Amino acid sequence: MTRGRIRARLRLSHLYTFACTRPEATEEGPHSIEGPGYSRIVHCNQPLMHKKKPFKYRSNYISTTKYNFFTFLPKALYEQFHRVANLYFLAAAIVSVTPLSPFSAVSMIAPLVFVVGLSMAKEALEDWRRFMQDIKVNSRKVKFHKEEGVFDYKSWKKLQVGDVVKVEKDQFFPADLLLLSSSYEDGICYVETMNLDGETNLKVKRALEVTLPLDEDASFKNFTGKIKCEDPNPSLYTFIGNFEYDHEIYALDPSQILLRDSKLRNTAFVYGVVIFTGHDSKVMQNATKSPSKRSRIERKMDYIIYVLFSLLLVISLVSSIGFAVKTKFDMPDWWYLQPQNTDDYYDPRKPVLSGVTHLITALMLYGYLIPISLYVSIEVVKVLQATFINQDIQMYDEETGNPAQARTSNLNEELGQVDTILSDKTGTLTCNQMDFLKCSIAGTAYGMSSSEVELAAAQQMASDLEDQDVERSTDFRQKGKQQEIELETVVISEDEMVHKSPIKGFSFEDSRVMEGNWLNEPNADVIMLFFRILAICHTAVPELNEETGSYTYESESPDEAAFLVAAREFGFEFCKRTQSSVFVRERYSASGQTIEREFKLLNMLEFTSKRKRMTVIVRDEDGQILVLCKGADSIIFDRLSKNGRLYEEDTTRHLNEYGEAGLRTLALAYKRLGESEYSAWNNEFQEAKTTIGPDRDLMLENIAEMMERDLILVGATAVEDKLQKGVPQCIDKLAQAGLKIWVLTGDKVETAINIGYACSLLRQGMKQICITEISSDAKEVVKENILLQMTNASQMIKLEREPHAAFALIIDGKTLAYALEDDVKQQFLVLAVQCASVICCRVSPKQKALVTRLVKEGTGKTTLAIGDGANDVGMIKEADIGVGISGVEGMQAVMASDFSIAQFRFLERLLVVHGHWCYKRIAQMVCYFFYKNIAFGLTLFYFEAFAGFSGQSIYDDWYMLLFNVLLTSLPVISLGVFEQDVSSEVCLQFPAVYQQGPKNLFFDWYKILGWMGNGLYSSLIIFFLNIIIFYDQAFREEGQTASMPALGTTMFTCIIWALNCQIAFTMSHFTWIQHLFIWGSIATWYLFLFVYGRLSPSISGNAYQILVEALAPAPIYWLATLLVTIACNLPYLAHISYQRCFHPLDHHIIQEIKYYKKDVEDQRMWTRERSRARERTMIGFSARVDAKIRQLKGKLQSKQPSSEIHSPARSS
Amino acid sequence: MTDTDRGTQRDRDSAFSLFTQQSLPACKPVLTPEWVIMTFLFIGFIFIPVGLVTLRASHSVVEIVERYDIGCVPEPFRIDKVSYIQDDSIPKNCSLSFKVPKYMKAPIYIYYQLENYYQNHRRYVKSRSDKQLLHGQNEHGISSCQPVEVNNDRPIIPCGLIAWSLFNDTFTFIRNRAELKVNRKNIAWKSDREHKFGKNVYPFNFQNGTLIGGGKLNPTIPLSDQEDLIVWMRTSALPSFRKLYGRIEKDLDVDDVVVVHLMNNYNTYSFGGKKKLVLSTTSWLGGKNDFLGLAYVFIGSSSVTIAVVFTLLHLLSPRH
Repeated sequence: MTRGRIRARLRLSHLYTFACTRPEATEEGPHSIEGPGYSRIVHCNQPLMHKKKPFKYRSNYISTTKYNFFTFLPKALYEQFHRVANLYFLAAAIVSVTPLSPFSAVSMIAPLVFVVGLSMAKEALEDWRRFMQDIKVNSRKVKFHKEEGVFDYKSWKKLQVGDVVKVEKDQFFPADLLLLSSSYEDGICYVETMNLDGETNLKVKRALEVTLPLDEDASFKNFTGKIKCEDPNPSLYTFIGNFEYDHEIYALDPSQILLRDSKLRNTAFVYGVVIFTGHDSKVMQNATKSPSKRSRIERKMDYIIYVLFSLLLVISLVSSIGFAVKTKFDMPDWWYLQPQNTDDYYDPRKPVLSGVTHLITALMLYGYLIPISLYVSIEVVKVLQATFINQDIQMYDEETGNPAQARTSNLNEELGQVDTILSDKTGTLTCNQMDFLKCSIAGTAYGMSSSEVELAAAQQMASDLEDQDVERSTDFRQKGKQQEIELETVVISEDEMVHKSPIKGFSFEDSRVMEGNWLNEPNADVIMLFFRILAICHTAVPELNEETGSYTYESESPDEAAFLVAAREFGFEFCKRTQSSVFVRERYSASGQTIEREFKLLNMLEFTSKRKRMTVIVRDEDGQILVLCKGADSIIFDRLSKNGRLYEEDTTRHLNEYGEAGLRTLALAYKRLGESEYSAWNNEFQEAKTTIGPDRDLMLENIAEMMERDLILVGATAVEDKLQKGVPQCIDKLAQAGLKIWVLTGDKVETAINIGYACSLLRQGMKQICITEISSDAKEVVKENILLQMTNASQMIKLEREPHAAFALIIDGKTLAYALEDDVKQQFLVLAVQCASVICCRVSPKQKALVTRLVKEGTGKTTLAIGDGANDVGMIKEADIGVGISGVEGMQAVMASDFSIAQFRFLERLLVVHGHWCYKRIAQMVCYFFYKNIAFGLTLFYFEAFAGFSGQSIYDDWYMLLFNVLLTSLPVISLGVFEQDVSSEVCLQFPAVYQQGPKNLFFDWYKILGWMGNGLYSSLIIFFLNIIIFYDQAFREEGQTASMPALGTTMFTCIIWALNCQIAFTMSHFTWIQHLFIWGSIATWYLFLFVYGRLSPSISGNAYQILVEALAPAPIYWLATLLVTIACNLPYLAHISYQRCFHPLDHHIIQEIKYYKKDVEDQRMWTRERSRARERTMIGFSARVDAKIRQLKGKLQSKQPSSEIHSPARSS
Repeated sequence: MTDTDRGTQRDRDSAFSLFTQQSLPACKPVLTPEWVIMTFLFIGFIFIPVGLVTLRASHSVVEIVERYDIGCVPEPFRIDKVSYIQDDSIPKNCSLSFKVPKYMKAPIYIYYQLENYYQNHRRYVKSRSDKQLLHGQNEHGISSCQPVEVNNDRPIIPCGLIAWSLFNDTFTFIRNRAELKVNRKNIAWKSDREHKFGKNVYPFNFQNGTLIGGGKLNPTIPLSDQEDLIVWMRTSALPSFRKLYGRIEKDLDVDDVVVVHLMNNYNTYSFGGKKKLVLSTTSWLGGKNDFLGLAYVFIGSSSVTIAVVFTLLHLLSPRH
């Protein structure tokens, strides 16, 4: 096999194969790919070959729908009857066509059809949306080789394996392609894989040398080839295959494969052959179903359903035993039933059989205990709640145009019960946007603007001053308010700062170097060198923005982009990159004399995480060879020459300052090289590059090392990893709401700690517990040591006397690997839970997921994971709730998430407002649901005792049918959708109200059993009051006595009134919608009764004219309704009044304050309540402030031991 | 587009956004102590008077209840009452007399009361055919009438257990040797008479089988005029019930002695059910039942009590 790659390597120059240390996997010959797993054969440019077996593969049509036209019915039905309750109702509906049924068949089947139909309609609608999405994707157009070198458009779905396609700039690849050639001469192209792995940087793909001539349409006229490769699989980063072309076989590797859903960038066009189509493509193979998550409330609801099922079973058994006994002993005497003339069902001679058959009847009759409409109502409610979340204008990000999105509606109420937030750092807390903020050149520090950490520190200083004032007045209550003002002013000043520098990635302010003024600085030549290093030493690609005429830069890391932007602003605009040169436009003064300089790239030694430095060797226009190097300060300082250390001392000091300010730093250095020196080195380097063998990498590394030596320090840069807008405030509020926040980041420890300070997760005075591994070869020793560290830390926390002491746990990925082992993890968790903040650094995506699982399973509390990148997907899927940031990075995290928001700060509103509301809504709604069905269902049971347990219901079938579907469903839905205990502003002002969710105050067993007890009470009242009121006497002046329909209808009227009034007492927020639904339901009942009574007696039966003729003219009917309604609700009313007056919950107090408009009249009280309503926190701004107050109080006490200290005591 | 159009458009938009932002104007009632106390007092002040008025109405009703099922069985048959009642050869007439305790203003309603009689049993309730009652023989919907749907292969009209077990005791009332006229018309619901029981449907093949249940019907009178049957077929909700028999449209004075001649035909002895005769006047509220009034008074006074307790608690430990 000849190596077709040699030429490529030479030509591709040193730039694109940065790979001086990268192993080249394709150095060996073609892959030997035989046997299973490698069966795919693609006949390039011969799609006809793939029309029939055995080369017929799946088409490029994709379908992400759950159902298709034919499978919808069976599949969706299966889904529906997967639920126990629905299955029960199905069984009931089937039995209802037999004489065993206590109701008419239609009254059993109709609600089931309604409920199941509605759920299925929802499924169908969602699937329809997916279908439309698919259609859109499938009908995208792409250019393909039609015949005879002519290209034409066809839609994606018609694309076939073997087709040659031409993809143009900024288009998505329609399938997995083999790259044949590109608009670049050397067959490279840039690809953005945001949709696959969330990374925004561009990746380089390169074609095989042999296919490079195929770079125009006509050349495909006679092109044929054969690809033999692996079968479809989900691995994005591997590909094994051979390409047979011109009787030669070439090996293929992932760098020739263009994956579907990635995008062509910076390249005019590429040609490619389709290898994997549609569902065979890697991205589609990768599409995994997110695990279906259920909320805590829903899981608990299952238990309640089981409880109710047991209750149902018990009362059914009681009924059927009662029936059997009655049938055996009493019925023979009931001649009017003709007992001697019966079928088995009523046969007194076979009481056991009657009893057993009656059990089925009873199970159906009391089925009202199990709310059939519960699931469907919850579904409707949740969809509407999700709509509200999506619609919330305050969670809409105007910059990106992304609204918040509830991607699943299952977990709305779970948002209100979160205990721990696990957050990614980059892109979540920070923008993943680097701002060039400061630099140190030739020992002089430049850059006036301050980082957010510095701002925060300044703010702290200001608050210290404030504290001293307060000290004098000794009024600590006033403190909180002033602090808030302070906090707001800081926010404003930050905003102003942002306005001043609209250039993205550049917040540098210093007139000494801006606008060409650096020429007047003492070390102008060094400064120029500094700027040149910034402009030349990188791997980015410039892109001309045609609208503004300025350049933007596509780079592998955001730091580099920031450097380039900075260089541009300083007058060194990187404008063009060719194979061998970098072009920089240099502008020396404000007047703007621009010179375009070319720097010939000789070599490039790439940045890797191991080397922590990057070097380019260039020849400038004067022929001078320069070695330009940037890297981590420690690395660079080790490689300085003796006379290159002129500025070392100053620079080190500046670097430390920058580090403290939470900035990312790099040091820059250079050296000049003689021609001979260079060529000697280059020969060695080239030789090393062409050697084949295991030592190659090591050799290359050593040779690179030789070059990066004896450098001269120029200066250092400081770049701010910008926090997202509002992050510190949001974290503060979340902490006040009692949430724990863990940061899981891939960054290094120092950066993570910096960010921790910036967003107030860490503060001075907090005791930091750093768990690190000792370097030892023996795994056991390391583990022992880690265990010891953790034990010590736990001891320390236990022995801490100071009540306000807070601890922070910082652990890195390697240590975490040990800490997550089965025998250690429990101890780790215990330690972590005791700490106020936990920061895990250098963690892998897998570890993120593991930590999440540990917290979720170890503490049993609800966890929320928030992240934005592909590396957060595991964690997002693992957590109880996954939140994706739909920001700049890819869609991977969002696709895996349950909720997506555009910015971290929206999390506050999502949790504290929507979560709190949804939790309470669903909790109250479910409780009420059980209440109403118990109240109604049990009356049926009581009646049995009066009807010989015969299974007769006192209500008309139609009443019962409408009970769940029409008469009580809308109010409960309005409760679930619109209820607000306190308004959204108040939720945000009193974050502590959120704790009602994690503490589960509204759905614990006390509450549930209380509601069930209330249901029991109501059922007793409704039944027995009515029975006694209508006992046997005439119920009208005309002397008629009450028959079964009259009594049943009255009882039902009472139920409708009592239940709807009950829900009105449960609500605390009435808009016209609630009024309409509640009072409308009652009106509907009367309307129904009127209309039903009007229908022909063959339909309405005994209810014919019942309202108009019998009940409405009877005063006793109305009096009974009033009495029963009040009697049912009186205890509940007394209970809530008592609770509110004497054991008020947080929201009660707030409601009352709002009601009395105290917030307007009595500012002081308002503030007092607000500060009281904070959870005691250890982190966040407020915690910092509290710590300060304590410190001052301590001082005060020691100064004036006799004076009384006013503490913010709880008075009520 | 005119200005007003635009105005309404904007209004609609803002109303919609108020809805989507969940900030619709809402009334947020808060149960402050004042409100609570006022509410409970209010309930009390409504309920107690209503209760008293209701009680008064109930007390104004004069009701005479006479049990006759045992008294009407001659002494020798009292050991085996069932065979007595089933023996057609023994005459079933019987008489009882009672003194009117209070002035009773016409109309005085006559009820018969049965106890321990499961008219609400599912087998019983279902055994009827509304279609047949309205349309007669032509209709085939009589399968529901099991087990009394056909006799000698011919449908029974009216079919079903309810009709078959029709109550058939009869009463005549004599005061001062003069018969008190009992009006037995209009004792059933008008809608039943006019819309549920056919005017052209005549009893047919009724009580012709081997098993004879209750009363017989005059085959020449259409079902719509058989008011006893119509009343009987309105099944009662409870196993103890009264049904209207007729009206006496003359006042009865205090100490009037009324003698009732009755035919004790109906068998309640086999299941130990009581039979009673009830004469009752009515008030605007219906018959005599103190419970409603008492319940009102009870709820009303509990409510006042709660209000008082709250007030005391509130005075003892005021908030804020």
